[in-house]
Amino acid sequence: MFKFTVRRLLQMIPVIIGATFLIYWMVFSLPGDPTAGKCGDRPCPDAYVAQFEEEYNLNDPLLVQYGKYMAGVVQGDFGESYYGVPVSEELSERFVVTAKLGLMALGIEAVIGILAGVLAALKKGGFIDNVVLVSTLAVIALPLFVTASVLQLYLGIRWELFPVTVGSDTSFYALLLPAFVLASVSLAYLARLMRTNLSENLGSDYVRTARAKGLPQSRVVGVHTLRNSLIPVVTFLGYDLGALMGGTIVIEGIFNIPGVGNYIYRAINDRDGVVVVGAVTALILVYLFANLVVDLLYGLLDPRISHD
Amino acid sequence: MSDSSPLQLSDRPPEAEGHLLQVEDLHVDFHTRDGVAHAINGVDLHLDAGETLAVLGESGSGKSVTAQAIMGILDMPPAAIPTGRILFRGQDLLTMPDEERRAVRGPGIAMIFQDALSSLNPVFPVGWQIGEMFRVHRGLNRSDARSAAVRLMERVNIPAAKQRVNAYPHQFSGGMRQRIMIAMAIALEPSILIADEPTTALDVTVQAQVMDLLGQLREESGMSLILITHDLGVVADIADRIAVMYAGSIVESAGVHDLYRRPGHPYTEGLLQSIPRLDMKGEELFAIKGLPPNLLRMPEGCPFHPRCHRVRDVCRVDEPALREVRPGRRSKCHFAEEVLDE
Amino acid sequence: MTDDLKAFEVVDERKGSSRSEGVRSLRADAWHDLRRNPLFWISAALIVLFVVMAIAPGLFTNTSPRETVLSEARTPPSSENWFGRDVQGYDLYARCIYGARASILVGVFAAAGTAIIGTIFGLLAGYASGATDAVVGRVAEIFFALPLILGAVVILTALPPSDEYFVIVFKVVLVFWILGWPTIFRLMRSSVMQVRPNDYVQAARALGGSPWRIVTSHILPNAIAPVIVVSTINLGVYISAEATLSFLGIGLQPPTISWGVMISDALVAMRSAPHVLLFPAAFLSLAVLAFIMLGDAVRDAFDPKSR
Repeated sequence: MFKFTVRRLLQMIPVIIGATFLIYWMVFSLPGDPTAGKCGDRPCPDAYVAQFEEEYNLNDPLLVQYGKYMAGVVQGDFGESYYGVPVSEELSERFVVTAKLGLMALGIEAVIGILAGVLAALKKGGFIDNVVLVSTLAVIALPLFVTASVLQLYLGIRWELFPVTVGSDTSFYALLLPAFVLASVSLAYLARLMRTNLSENLGSDYVRTARAKGLPQSRVVGVHTLRNSLIPVVTFLGYDLGALMGGTIVIEGIFNIPGVGNYIYRAINDRDGVVVVGAVTALILVYLFANLVVDLLYGLLDPRISHD
Repeated sequence: MSDSSPLQLSDRPPEAEGHLLQVEDLHVDFHTRDGVAHAINGVDLHLDAGETLAVLGESGSGKSVTAQAIMGILDMPPAAIPTGRILFRGQDLLTMPDEERRAVRGPGIAMIFQDALSSLNPVFPVGWQIGEMFRVHRGLNRSDARSAAVRLMERVNIPAAKQRVNAYPHQFSGGMRQRIMIAMAIALEPSILIADEPTTALDVTVQAQVMDLLGQLREESGMSLILITHDLGVVADIADRIAVMYAGSIVESAGVHDLYRRPGHPYTEGLLQSIPRLDMKGEELFAIKGLPPNLLRMPEGCPFHPRCHRVRDVCRVDEPALREVRPGRRSKCHFAEEVLDE
Repeated sequence: MTDDLKAFEVVDERKGSSRSEGVRSLRADAWHDLRRNPLFWISAALIVLFVVMAIAPGLFTNTSPRETVLSEARTPPSSENWFGRDVQGYDLYARCIYGARASILVGVFAAAGTAIIGTIFGLLAGYASGATDAVVGRVAEIFFALPLILGAVVILTALPPSDEYFVIVFKVVLVFWILGWPTIFRLMRSSVMQVRPNDYVQAARALGGSPWRIVTSHILPNAIAPVIVVSTINLGVYISAEATLSFLGIGLQPPTISWGVMISDALVAMRSAPHVLLFPAAFLSLAVLAFIMLGDAVRDAFDPKSR
């Protein structure tokens, strides 16, 4: 397990360097003017362009540029917004809110998704199975921003069950509806994954053995099958964190939640490239580290991976 | 044996001259999209305490389905048992409440399977899986269950059992994995152990070791053994009686020596002739022509008639019954006496 | 990011190892199953409908989608305007019809492109193995580390704005190619690795078949099924992602007519005129649904166990 952990950590380094370089390269070296739109609809004055190029070392060779940028990132320097506020300052304040929203969504996703998948798999072709299949399909087909807007209209505005927007009150209750919407699509995928997986595992040889051992059905499913079915679920949750983070841009925009997603949402509208790149890079770093954790968890769940 | 069992079956006296296990007129159907497959068509067999019964047949003959029906681990649906009785110590397992039936598995009847790697749960240590028998059926705590697991692993000759009790199935060799399966199955000292092709997936040398182990354990514990196999060679040393299955029915049952000396059914005859022997050097090896019937569309008359070298008109229209042809031996052939007397 | 991202390996692993002579019967069997599945016919009919809509919107309506009657803005559905008019007084029905083109274009090109790129690299890595496999695999892992929407947001903010219809569409498609190919690559690679040890491939190698011939006539046909299934499902996913990007203001932009843009515009008026949101959202969801259901149906046909 120790060797496995070290190996995973080492494998992570080139991915982090590669991914951040990719972003940096695409943003600063692709055709196009990085200062475009920063000065309203007119092109920026030469003096501003010169200052911008100086600040971001755009006259250095690409690798040097990237190196300097990453040296800043490591020290928590993600550049400054159009308004002159350091990106890192905004991020640290907003990250707590987004983390709260994200963890709530992840919790809702895991609990409901796994439960729905298990119930569907236990009686394939039954009533619950069909309800799960149809409803998940509908949720997957609806884009997040439509679901969010419609639920905001009905549950927030018409029936006044939840706050319409969140604003400065980031309590559990205020974030409940946004977290639920954020979780919805992932939840649907997870339920389907869990269903397929569990029903496949229920037909496996070791389940037959467990039944031959005279174990109660609850133990056959709850201990022997579930543990095996959770292995791909954990991988999915890690991968899906990326989708959840993309979703926060939409959800925090619609529900006006003062998190990182909202910051990116507004920066997109302001065409503030530095903020977008800085904030997204920060999210991707969090995503990669979360996946490292998932990998280690995967090793714990599946001894075939970690006990070679 | 029954006094060591935690099952309180001893309150109800077994039928006077009953067998330990008695299967009567068992039918198993599989409901598939293409129709109903009659996998088992009226199997009768019995097993006494300490006895070893070999069930012999090709794949698809219904031998594994019979075992799983006795064990109560068939998936229903798609499987269904329309008629039949499975009496264990005089009690019908098929009409028993689920809870009681479950309590028979392990202490009463246990089973091991062909592919030990896929039959063991990949994510739990082997000691945990063996110890689970004691924790679930006897309420032992974790550490006691683990010590019991180590003793069992030693009993089935797994070297360095103490060190390996926390290892996972994929860290063992094929033969060792099958030993772990056996340790798990004999944990609660069952009256009957069903071994479904226990050595098919193993190397020849390892096969012999595992068979020796099974024989030795049977001697020590006095349990009965049902050995399911397609391999006539495996059977001879260990079995007392043989039941030969074909197309979901038993076509012949006899004591192992009687059967080897003189088969009582054309199918058994074919099977015996298809074993290579040293004294047959140079001769062509016999093979039964044709293929086993499609269970969805069974032939009229005797199911074996399309492949039988003794087929006559009556075989094409009239299905023979399994009947006693000599004391202690039964055959499902119109011309069993003819086969025997030749 | 473990190598076997099972969430995406939708198709049964045993498939890859089906015997060479078994493949045809498997396909025939799959087709037999498909024909009896009503979901297949419903989704296929919907897809045909949307594709025709994208190619020839004039077949469905004579009204111009760019003809505005400001005084009638937000009027609800009537016999004259079946779907009513939107916030700017455009005929909603006509705009829903014309909006199909952008979504279908993005979906088809994004799915086809990622399938081609992913398949080529997957074949390369899976067949050549060794150093090639390691290099391509590492590169794919880096691209795979960028989540779809997050990555798209960064790239699209950086790309220069444009007014050209096809340039706008192509930008979004390009982003999906960049971010989407690793999924298909992984799928194809694992599929090839399952097919490669099969007897018929080994036999072809032993008989001295050229690598090109072995790959194209033996490996590709037997390893492609999972890619087709996942690409079909992804087509729907890309249509949905395009709408999300348009909502964020970095995907397709007015004057391009697209469902995503329409929904985004409708949100401001949702309280007073919900029909402006309802119709484009319904078209979009039906299109997404159709491709996902088709992919599901094909997978079920190839893998009856997953039902």
